[in-house]
Amino acid sequence: MTESIYQQIGGEAAVNAAVDVFYRKVLSDDSISGFFDDTDMDAQREKQKAFLTMVFGGPNEYSGKDLRTAHAKLVADGLNGSHFDAVAGHLQATLSELGVPENIAGEIMSIAASTKGDVLNQ
Amino acid sequence: MPSVEFSNRVYEAEPSESVLDTLLRNGENPSYSCRKGTCFNCMMRTPDGGVPEKAQAGLRETLRVEGYFLSCLCVPEGDIRVVQAEDAAIYQRAVIQSRELLAPDICRVILEPATPLYYHAGQFLNLRRSDGLCRSYSLASVPNLDRYLEFHIKRLPGGQMSNWAFNEMKVGENVDIQGPNGACFYLPGKPEQNLLLIGSGTGLAPLVAIARDALNDGHSGQVRLYHGSREPAGLYHRDSLFDLAQTYPNFSYTGCLSGENPPLGYASGRADDVALGENKDLKDWRVYLCGNPPMVHAAKKRAFLAGADIEDIHADPFELKELRAEQRSAERQKSVA
Ligand code: HEM
Repeated sequence: MTESIYQQIGGEAAVNAAVDVFYRKVLSDDSISGFFDDTDMDAQREKQKAFLTMVFGGPNEYSGKDLRTAHAKLVADGLNGSHFDAVAGHLQATLSELGVPENIAGEIMSIAASTKGDVLNQ
Repeated sequence: MPSVEFSNRVYEAEPSESVLDTLLRNGENPSYSCRKGTCFNCMMRTPDGGVPEKAQAGLRETLRVEGYFLSCLCVPEGDIRVVQAEDAAIYQRAVIQSRELLAPDICRVILEPATPLYYHAGQFLNLRRSDGLCRSYSLASVPNLDRYLEFHIKRLPGGQMSNWAFNEMKVGENVDIQGPNGACFYLPGKPEQNLLLIGSGTGLAPLVAIARDALNDGHSGQVRLYHGSREPAGLYHRDSLFDLAQTYPNFSYTGCLSGENPPLGYASGRADDVALGENKDLKDWRVYLCGNPPMVHAAKKRAFLAGADIEDIHADPFELKELRAEQRSAERQKSVA
C-alpha cells in the first residue's frame, strides 16, 4: 500500500505547521478577511485546522452536506467563486512557503477544487 | 435524552443542555454565577464518573479524580447523578492585611491565605464576601517573591464588590478565595524569547507579576511593558516600574495616554497602538494582553498578523469578571416577596 498524501507530508504536524501561516494570509487579505474575523481566534483556528486536515487528505468527519451546512450562512452573506479562488490561492502559497513537493501540492489543490460546489452551495 | 438526578429528583435534559441549565429550568436552586466556567460557583460532584473532559478543564487533579466538575460546562453524555460540591472543596479562607490607594479609583488589597496557595504569576482568583457576593481579580503578586496575595481593584460605578473594597472592607476581615484560575502566565523555558506585555487599567496587575516573575527567573530576552490609560493618574506604579527598568536592562516600561496632549514622558495613544507601532515584527515573540476586552481582542489579531504564533499569545480580557451579583437564593426571595 502506498502512503496517503496526509501521511507523506507528516500528518497532524503538517497541519500545525501550516495553520498559522495560512490563517495569517487569509486575515491579511481584505477581500476575504471579513469571513474569518472572529473575536474567538482560537475557535476560528480550530476550524482552519479542520479545513487543512481535510484538503491534506487526512481523517475528518465532514461530508459534502456538512460543507454545505458549514458555509451556507457565508454564501447567504455573499461568499462566491472569487472568494473561493482567493482561499485556494492562499492555500497554494502556504504549501509552497512550507516547501511541500509539487506533486503533493497538486493533489492537495485538486482535493480543494473538488469541494467547490459544496462550499459555494451550488 | 440523558437524565440528571439531583436530591433524589430526576430531570430529563434537553439536547445540548448543561446540567446547570437542566436544574434551573426545573426550578432547582443550585449555586452558580458566571455560567462561563470562570467562577467555579456551580461546581458539582458525581459519584458515577464519565463527565465530559471540558467540564473538568482547569480543575485541580485531586478534584477531577473525585468526580468534581463545572455544571455550567457539563453537557451530559449519559444519565448522571449529581450533588452540589461542598464549599470546602472550592474555597479557602484568607484575611485582609491591608488596603491602600494606588490611583483615585484603584486600590491595592493584600490578602494572606490560611494555607499557602500554589499559583503562577498572572493567574486570577475569585474573591467571595461573607454574604456570597463573588468577583474575579487578577493576582499582582509573584509566588517566589511575595509572601502575600496582592490585587488591584478598580472602583466601578455601581460595582458592589469594588465599592465595598473602597469604602467598607476592614483590615482583619475574612474573605473566601477560590483558585488559581486562568492560563495567562509566564512559563520558564526559552529565556531568550522577547516578551511584549500590553495592558490597560488594572490589566497592569497580572502583567507586572508576569514581568517580575520572568526577570527573577533570569529571562534574558527583552521584556517590554506598555500600560495604557486615559489620564496620567491611571498609570499607577510608574516609579516602581522605572526602578525595575534600572535593575534589569532588558526590561522597559512605557506609559501610554490616549487622552489629548499627554505631558512629557508619556507616549501618546492607546497602549496597543504604541506597542505594536514600536514592535512591528513579532515573529518568535511571546505576547501577553490583559484588560479592556476590545483592546485585548484587537491586539491579539494584530500581534498575530505581526508574526507571533497564536500559541505564544496569551490573552486575559477582563470581561468574565462581572459575575452574577447575588446568590440564586437571594434572587428568588425577591421574586417571591
Ligand atoms: C476550499 C474549500 C473549502 C473547504 C474544504 C472548507 C472546509 C471547511 C471546514 C471543514 C470547516 C469547518 C466546519 C466546522 O467544523 O464547523 C470550514 C469552516 C469555515 N469556512 Fe471553509 N472551506 C473551504 C472554503 C472556504 C472559503 C472559500 C471560505 C471563505 C472565503 C471559507 C470560510 C469558512 C469559515 C468562515 C468557516 C467557519 C464557519 C463557522 O464559524 O462556523 N471556507 N470550512
